[in-house]
Amino acid sequence: MRRHLLTTEELSRDDALLVLDTAERMARVAEASVRKLPTLRGRTVVNLFFEDSTRTRTSFEVAAKRLSADVINFSARGSSVSKGESLKDTAQTLEAMGADAVVCRHSASGAPHRLASWVRGSVVNAGDGTHEHPTQALLDAFTMRRRLGRIEGLRVTIVGDVLHSRVARSNIWLLATLGASVTVVAPPTLLPLGVSAWPVEVSYDLDAVLPKSDVVMMLRVQRERMSAAYFPTEREYSRRYGLDVDRAAILPEHALVMHPGPMVRGMEIASQVADSARSTVVEQVANGVSVRMAVLYLLLGGSGEVS
Amino acid sequence: MAANATGDPVSRRPGVARTVLSADDITRIVSRIAHQILEKTTGGAGVVLLGIPTRGVPLAHRLARRVHAVEGVDLPVGSLDPTMYRDDLRLRGVRPLEVTEIPDGGVDGQVVILVDDVLFSGRTVRAALDALAAYGRPRAVQLAVLVDRGHRELPIRADYVGKNMPTSRRESVAVRLREVDGADGVLILPPAPDPAAAGEPAARDRA
Repeated sequence: MRRHLLTTEELSRDDALLVLDTAERMARVAEASVRKLPTLRGRTVVNLFFEDSTRTRTSFEVAAKRLSADVINFSARGSSVSKGESLKDTAQTLEAMGADAVVCRHSASGAPHRLASWVRGSVVNAGDGTHEHPTQALLDAFTMRRRLGRIEGLRVTIVGDVLHSRVARSNIWLLATLGASVTVVAPPTLLPLGVSAWPVEVSYDLDAVLPKSDVVMMLRVQRERMSAAYFPTEREYSRRYGLDVDRAAILPEHALVMHPGPMVRGMEIASQVADSARSTVVEQVANGVSVRMAVLYLLLGGSGEVS
Repeated sequence: MAANATGDPVSRRPGVARTVLSADDITRIVSRIAHQILEKTTGGAGVVLLGIPTRGVPLAHRLARRVHAVEGVDLPVGSLDPTMYRDDLRLRGVRPLEVTEIPDGGVDGQVVILVDDVLFSGRTVRAALDALAAYGRPRAVQLAVLVDRGHRELPIRADYVGKNMPTSRRESVAVRLREVDGADGVLILPPAPDPAAAGEPAARDRA
């Protein structure tokens, strides 16, 4: 494992599998009566969030605390960042405070990369702009492997706002590395220009793809990132690309429905589908803690020398 | 990164490796310890065997089979990975985690017997005692080891010892078990010629 976790694009197959296997062990810790490990005692993890994200930040916080690390939450609002401090100055401040790891979310793609070049500790990308969100992809892969027993050879369909989705990008790279075949389904306006260079199939017809899917991953329509009209009306989007009860019925018996959350019920996913037995939405949250524990352990659990 | 379970330590090192326990010796030792456990715990009442990975786990299973053959008692068997409780995590690269599998009945009020292959510094056992506390409060904890090679760094002793084996600190003890290594045997490996260059295998750091 390298010193930072910035992308899944650069994550090797061995390292990805090491994270998943370690997460499997961490998940067992949740079954113990004392769910706290002394492993990272004396280490400091800083959650540096320039964008609001209660669930990801909380997930990292729970993971770090279960490993006995000290956690400092540093959110942009109410800090000197809102007074105009630059990312570099913030980084130097954290460095001076002795942060062993910085978990960074930023609205600018590439911000965690810059941060990694300024701090001595490890940097974990918790979502940067429309670029990557590696721990989300790892927890999704972990969830698939736990439910279906494997990742290699799975047919995974990712539906929705691929253009703005760092979750989609991280998943596409990771799943390609782990041997799954990915199809993205979206209105043409919500696909990036470079999609033909990605290791994916592209389709505009959800009904044709669903019967051949082992996993269907629904993405949230990110209204906050949309400055222009990407589709005529929400109703039309929902009718063509939403996973309603009738569509879920044409999925194979064993197929999973995943969503990184937060869901917009009735928009990209119907309530009944989100609450059905094939939905892994709640599991994904629990698995997120195990995967983030694994990442923190692998980055901070040793002497720091690459072995 | 998994320096412990891998490779053949003998072939990497010049000098003569001495076989100190044969496959038959190991079988006899397991048999004897099984009897001692039955004697000391009055027929194995409330006993849970927890192997410390890697090689403690197959040893725990062998003890359980032997106990079953002698008295027809089925002892619960599990595994306990002490890695995340070690005190030397920061001294080297990150260690891969092993499986922890606590039997369904849990450990509360039971007599837990920790099983490991080599007892050395005692630090692994210390970590295992902490790990165990996260899963409950046993009535008593005992320790069974195949080989006690001395050089304790902590006030820890074994209740059941297969063989006391005086060694030099610079030597390594390599335990091989069928389930992990394909064959049974215990060897003492001579000191590595250049300790700095030797990617220290398995047994030396196990304890």
